[in-house]
Amino acid sequence: MAFDYEQYLRPGKLPHIWCPGCGHGIVMKGLLRAIDTCGLEKNNTAIVSGIGCASRLPGYVDFNTLHTAHGRAAAFATGIKMAKPEMDVLVVGGDGDGVAIGGNHFIHACRRNIDMTYVLLNNYIYGMTGGQFSPCTPTWAKASTTPYGNPDPIFDVPKLAIGAGATFVARTTAFHATQIDKLIAAGLRHKGMAVIEVLDDCPTAYGRRNKFRSVVDMMKRLKEIAVPVKAAAHMTPEQLEGKVLTGILHQEERPEYCEQYQQVIARAQGA
Amino acid sequence: MTRILLTGNAAAAWGARLAAVDYVPAFPITPQTEIIETLAEWIDGGVMDSRLVTLESEHSMLTAAGAAAVTGVRVFTATSSQGLLYGMEMLYNLAGWRAPLVLVNVSRGLSAPITLEPDHNDVLAARDSGFLQIHCATCQEVLDNVLLAYRLAEDSRVRLPVIVNLDGFYLSFTREPVEIPDPVAVADFLPPFADLGQHFRGGQPSSQAVAVLGGGPYSYFRYQVHLAAEQAAAVYADLGRQFERHFGRLYQAVEAYRCDDAELVLVMIGSFATKAKVAVDRLREAGQKVGLVRPLLLRPFPVAELRRLLGQRKGVAVIDQNLSPGRGGILHAELAEALYGLAKGGPLLASFVGGLGGRDIAEEEFLQIVEVLSQAVQRGSAPPPRLLFTADELQQVRRLQDIAHGSREGDDAS
Ligand SMILES: Cc1ncc(C[n+]2csc(CCOP(=O)(O)OP(=O)(O)O)c2C)c(N)n1
Ligand code: SF4
Ligand SMILES: [Mg+2]
Repeated sequence: MAFDYEQYLRPGKLPHIWCPGCGHGIVMKGLLRAIDTCGLEKNNTAIVSGIGCASRLPGYVDFNTLHTAHGRAAAFATGIKMAKPEMDVLVVGGDGDGVAIGGNHFIHACRRNIDMTYVLLNNYIYGMTGGQFSPCTPTWAKASTTPYGNPDPIFDVPKLAIGAGATFVARTTAFHATQIDKLIAAGLRHKGMAVIEVLDDCPTAYGRRNKFRSVVDMMKRLKEIAVPVKAAAHMTPEQLEGKVLTGILHQEERPEYCEQYQQVIARAQGA
Repeated sequence: MTRILLTGNAAAAWGARLAAVDYVPAFPITPQTEIIETLAEWIDGGVMDSRLVTLESEHSMLTAAGAAAVTGVRVFTATSSQGLLYGMEMLYNLAGWRAPLVLVNVSRGLSAPITLEPDHNDVLAARDSGFLQIHCATCQEVLDNVLLAYRLAEDSRVRLPVIVNLDGFYLSFTREPVEIPDPVAVADFLPPFADLGQHFRGGQPSSQAVAVLGGGPYSYFRYQVHLAAEQAAAVYADLGRQFERHFGRLYQAVEAYRCDDAELVLVMIGSFATKAKVAVDRLREAGQKVGLVRPLLLRPFPVAELRRLLGQRKGVAVIDQNLSPGRGGILHAELAEALYGLAKGGPLLASFVGGLGGRDIAEEEFLQIVEVLSQAVQRGSAPPPRLLFTADELQQVRRLQDIAHGSREGDDAS
């Protein structure tokens, strides 16, 4: 039977604001399937976002949601988790929100290994403000603030998350729709900071400027560049040129922050 | 000299272009983004000899702007709303460094609730930072005042950063005919940046942004900022006259519209004042002695001018597009203080708050404000402060609350 998305959508909130062909909707559906698979309780789940097209997602879904300030989602989520450690806390947001203006909160949430699931929708651009380059816009790609090509090098979001201390890090793309829910579900089950990067498409602010003739073109590219980690193990550096690894890229056990904090309380009480 | 249709944002970009700025640190935010996109196009296309770098936030943007300015180059930057607030820490720093740069702010209401549309709480939050503030009502004023702002900021008697403010949407996205000054004339009015000893040179090491111990030095330097800001009133007056000689348009700290014999006067800042002018014209046609006073300079606050222009009136209505919760309209409070202690007690002052979060102020509302003011003058007592808000708007809010309430109930059932 087809999955019933409506049970998780707020009545009266559709149509959404996303452009035709925007990948954010695919990710939202994956997120809802993952939440369903893991059996999260609506009342016990908080979904937090900052500002951006991606950050509009919580407005449509029927959970405890918080649409905050640009770049601050991880800090809001940390506040919720510390106040209510029993809650399942998710963050969704864009590349700009997560690793440009919000980069500091992002790396510190990773470092603390606080138990939350951060779904980062990387469409390589600031979509909402009309296509200025972000720290994920490929070098020499075009953006509205760099009409002749962007000279900046990029962040590799999974590497950043791993380096900062996140204990579950995965990546997939909007093309690989069925992998999205599997990875988010694995992240939800993981105790600690889980980061799932979804490479996404923004036909309006990125595709048009960068010679993608259609959304299909953009999806094809996502399909072509993705290499599952296991397959990559058998490939040469030349074969991996221009590719991105997908699947679970990193997983380790490390004390989770709220539990560590419980120990501080126990110590203070003289245990 | 050419006259073309420009948005307020494009006019701001033209100001920066004509000022031949050296460096533009940038970060996008609606409704300002068009300014930096326009400059990026010109700079990358080689039309403008400057450097533009998009930073990762407004905080870094303003930091880079201030640092560049004190190394001795001309700097332009622009932001809006949440961005201005996110960079707020640096506003105080930049004023303390005496970094003479120009920041265009495109006014937009502050979260929460989240809005994209204009009011003045963003720029007024910067009121006490030490940045000077010029508030524009037309696209032409935006362009011209970017040029004036550089002269003001770089003047040896002032040496302070300046905010040039325009309203989001109403001005930022509205096209008006704008005269683009001749670059040669601009170069004559605004000579190349003079660092006046503020620079980074290995051979003359200097230290910027030092720390001080104890309140003495701190008081001294902070008060210097105040004295310089006060100086700026006379400097702006002088520059306004010079500007007129060059370009034929006069700017003064305060605009007085049809005020000569006015008994009742409206006071407001920004582009909505152009709507007030239309209402004033209507009332004048009906024989009422009504005028409008619009401060362009908000910092320094033109106290002497305002006392001169308003001291003898019967009634003054201040329309604030901002709200200081627990106090009311900010401009109203500032004006009440400025008019305090006049020989004959001064005019009766009425406070109206309107245009929050982009809400329009209809012509009928201006007429009504004048009616309320006129009755108050006859009665001899000020009316209670008012929010411009209609019964229809309340109904609309109630409908939204019903929808929200309904979906909550749905929650409980599931
Ligand atoms: C402090 C602050 N600065 C700037 C903005 C303007 N702004 C809104 S969304 C956005 C970028 C969004 O990009 P991203 O997070 O990648 O999301 P997308 O729209 O691409 O999904 C920016 C710069 C803001 N809202 N607040
Ligand atoms: S602008 Fe881009 S990111 Fe935003 S809704 Fe449109 S396609 Fe999606
Ligand atoms: Mg993005």
